[in-house]
Amino acid sequence: MSRQIKHYLGDKDVQIILGTLLRVGVIVSTSVVLLGGIIFLMNHTHQSISYADFKPEEAKFSSVAEIFKGLKTIDGLAIIQFGVLLLIFTPIARVVFSIFSFLMEKDYMYVLIGIIVLCVIITSLYLDVAH
Amino acid sequence: MSVLLFTIIVLVGAFLAGLLGSLTGLGGGVIIIPLLTLGLGVDIHYAIGASIISVIATSSGSAAAYVKEGITNVRIGMFLEIATTASAIVGVIIATYIKADYIIVIFGFILLFSAFMMLRKKVDHSNNEKTSILANYFKLNGSYPTESGPKQYAVHHVVGGFAMMFIAGTLSGLLGIGSGALKVIGMDNIMKIPFKVSTTTSNFMIGVTASASALVYLHKGQIDPAIAMPVTIGVITGATIGAKILIRTKTDKLKVIFAIVVTFLALQMIYKGLTGAA
Repeated sequence: MSRQIKHYLGDKDVQIILGTLLRVGVIVSTSVVLLGGIIFLMNHTHQSISYADFKPEEAKFSSVAEIFKGLKTIDGLAIIQFGVLLLIFTPIARVVFSIFSFLMEKDYMYVLIGIIVLCVIITSLYLDVAH
Repeated sequence: MSVLLFTIIVLVGAFLAGLLGSLTGLGGGVIIIPLLTLGLGVDIHYAIGASIISVIATSSGSAAAYVKEGITNVRIGMFLEIATTASAIVGVIIATYIKADYIIVIFGFILLFSAFMMLRKKVDHSNNEKTSILANYFKLNGSYPTESGPKQYAVHHVVGGFAMMFIAGTLSGLLGIGSGALKVIGMDNIMKIPFKVSTTTSNFMIGVTASASALVYLHKGQIDPAIAMPVTIGVITGATIGAKILIRTKTDKLKVIFAIVVTFLALQMIYKGLTGAA
């Protein structure tokens, strides 16, 4: 019985850290998006835009490498896209975090399942689908 | 349209999407896509890219609020994520090869289905008969805290649930939505997981699944920062306020009104796809 209570408390700690991780992830990424948005709007307020046609060849920041290159020149759109990237990585951080907590529990079956999920996501990072 | 006007309209729309999405339990994506395509004439590819970002934003935002209650079953979530992430990538690949008009029509039907599911009375099928060999093997059965101590529950039909998650993931990748309605069928009806656990666990899965799709969409050039910016800020603000209102408001009437609006949007999307009036 006492072991069960201890286990439950351990889970509670994990949950609190996880909640903080998610909240920080959302707040930081939104702030970065907002910052990039302000810089972008200051420079392009009256520029005209149209999204009626899909033009993937004109997409400027469509890879991690391009986003980091754009960050160096303090490009508003690159900063927005960096914030978006942080947002995308927030749930992925949750998977990584879960793998570690399974490792601490010595539940190796779920360490493996977690790694499989992570591998699928990493595959998507390198998948180059033809336009 | 000028950049400023576009940003303001999308910001307001995304705010409402986040607000209504969290009040009614319907994700943000189902409103973002019609707003951008029908309302602002944005190409469906960009709309899907913006929507998938709004899905991650809503999922992570509300997950942060839920985990404190400690009822997410991380094992169920992680186990089913093998199906949802892999199939999400399959969905994105399918999207590359089929005509945009078909995607719009499929989206319309999923929208109709989501409206129907939102109004349907949910029945908790959970019990504690640990009969499934697979559920025992994968340690999916669990418990959640109640006022009268921890309540045990057993998971059923693991293979059926896994298959349903594969469909949900494919549609999530194809349409840039969370597929919450399908995940609910998989977890509540097929696997018989109690609401308290299925809501938060499916939310966990939605975020992870959307991340996998979002990375592929990013590479395809479908995530445009100038659209993603007002969508992210609007949805997160709306969803946060919605979650706070939700605690002290009854949403039954709102759900009916919202279902009518969603049905109307769904029919318009189907019409648009069929006539090719893109």
